[in-house]
Amino acid sequence: MNLTKLLAGAALALGLAGGVAGAAAAQEKTKVGFIFVGPIGDGGWTYEHNQGRLAVEEHFGDKVETVYQESVPEGADAERAITQMALQGADLIFTTSFGFMDPTVNVAKKFPNVKFEHATGYKTAPNVSTYSARFYEGRAVQGHIAGKMTQSNIVGYIASYPIPEVIRGINAAFIHARKVNPDVQFKVIWAYTWFDPAKEADAATALIEQGADVILQHTDSTAPQAAAEKAGDVITFGQASDMAEYKPRPRVSSIIDNWKPYYIDRTQAVMDGTWESQQTWDGIGPGMVEIGEITDAVPEDVKAEALALKESIASGEYHPFTGPLNKQDGSAWLAEGETADDGTLLGMDFFVEGLEGDIPQ
Amino acid sequence: MDLSSINPALLLASLLVAATPILIAAIGELVVERSGVLNLGVEGMMITGAICGFAVAVETGSPALGFLAAAAGGAVLASLFGVLTQLALANQVASGLALTLFGLGLSALIGQGYVGIKPPPTPRLDLPVLSDLPFLGRVVFSHDLMVYFGLALVAAVWAVLKYTRAGLVLRAVGENHDAAHALGYKVVRVRLMAILFGGACAGLGGAYISLVRVPQWTEGMTAGAGWIALALVVFASWKAGRVLLGAWLFGGVTVLQLNLQAAGVAIPVEYLSMSPYLITILVLVIMSADRSRAPGSLGRIFHASG
Repeated sequence: MNLTKLLAGAALALGLAGGVAGAAAAQEKTKVGFIFVGPIGDGGWTYEHNQGRLAVEEHFGDKVETVYQESVPEGADAERAITQMALQGADLIFTTSFGFMDPTVNVAKKFPNVKFEHATGYKTAPNVSTYSARFYEGRAVQGHIAGKMTQSNIVGYIASYPIPEVIRGINAAFIHARKVNPDVQFKVIWAYTWFDPAKEADAATALIEQGADVILQHTDSTAPQAAAEKAGDVITFGQASDMAEYKPRPRVSSIIDNWKPYYIDRTQAVMDGTWESQQTWDGIGPGMVEIGEITDAVPEDVKAEALALKESIASGEYHPFTGPLNKQDGSAWLAEGETADDGTLLGMDFFVEGLEGDIPQ
Repeated sequence: MDLSSINPALLLASLLVAATPILIAAIGELVVERSGVLNLGVEGMMITGAICGFAVAVETGSPALGFLAAAAGGAVLASLFGVLTQLALANQVASGLALTLFGLGLSALIGQGYVGIKPPPTPRLDLPVLSDLPFLGRVVFSHDLMVYFGLALVAAVWAVLKYTRAGLVLRAVGENHDAAHALGYKVVRVRLMAILFGGACAGLGGAYISLVRVPQWTEGMTAGAGWIALALVVFASWKAGRVLLGAWLFGGVTVLQLNLQAAGVAIPVEYLSMSPYLITILVLVIMSADRSRAPGSLGRIFHASG
């Protein structure tokens, strides 16, 4: 049955070709690889990382070749995907989700000459750097707007996994919502996924049905925006990307991750041979976190306050985690005027006082 | 904890919505498997249906045409599987997996111009008296037509398989294709028709996600719903009624656990998150403790030279 084998093989190859873009090419080019957790068309997190990849291609032109693999699950299969990319001859590999941390470190041991960059993690090695953005700075601005805008005093929060980055975001948003609205409450749903539009929409709908009129999300797709729009009188914020297609309502502002300058810098460092392992954590100031346009759905005075808050964070004058702050159980965390150190923030595993519910462990 | 914030009418209404995509896709796959063919490409056909339906609904402004296009899109993709496995006698497992990968890629390609666009709203049923009933009105009588279509489809498939000659022939082909062939039934033709039906159903299920449940187009938006539909058919031991039960259980527990989380119930979230899978599997496995088994010729290649 030669025809059979041929056809089945062709069908299989056709399908697989969709997953891995690009193929082996001339070796003098610097080859930069990207491992994505979702599809590049998710409209959020992975979309912005892919914009960074495209910026690298545009900046260096013929001197680089980029390859990527999208929708790589966190877990054992990630190690295979990263290994495969290293075997394809990549000189620099960006792994762009928290759950790729251990796989990245494991593969890095086997390929000492390949440089690895892991997003949002905390484990480094001689050939593994980490990089992340201080999303919590943007969350503070969102929290301020949310606290001012909510009529029901219930803010819904779609969280993904109980990791420090997500917990920081919830805390930062809550602190600043409470500051301007002492009655505000947060309802948190842990979706246990980064990308599942149907589930994200269901979570948003559940929160809205229980009275939330502001939805914050820490998942990657625009589904909660669509759910909020369908429900009517609800506002949302773009997450990781501008999600501008939902302007001016429900999306009233957004946090945008801008990875382009970082990706270009690090690719340049590999070309120059100056690449060293480091930990980068930049916020609004250096431009890694941007606040998307605040639309007219937000009253002028609230908008002005939010922008002022953003400016004070950008200039370093104000830190979103400034005391007095207590932990959820009432124990003291930061004294008056004290600011949180990066170590505590990076390992944050507690809610601040006022938030309800437990963090899953 | 504040359970009073959960509105049972809204919860039950959401249950029906959450169950519909996997229900329609699973009932299609059930027919395919009862004819003795294992098509693992449900995810690929769903996502293709999702984008075909979305694109046509946006272009024409008619959700009804969108759903038709979704069924057509799913069926066209399924016909590829049909040609490979029934005419070229390719391995069904490999062809099905390839179909999923192909469908994911194809849908991303078609969908490039449709990111961030809002589809025309699918109208809800609005019956003068019934929809205004206090509790039942919201739960039963105020959904979009696809919810009722899904239920009708389950009833129709059940009745056809059980009471009609066509259903008997389909089951005969699935149980023992050599015997069916010896009796003069067109095994390949029956199977091709079942495969097309399965593809159309998967396409409709996918379009329900992109046109009603979310409603938007995002690459990879079915996010595993097709695999859940596939698993549902097996755990429901190839019985239409149990597929319905399984889909409701899965959809219901999914929505319920999100609501319980939002209400701050003191059950650890890890258990809540895994509960849809656990409960659905548990209930259906216990139910299938009777003598139900897979169709005899499931996944086997048929050739008339036999």
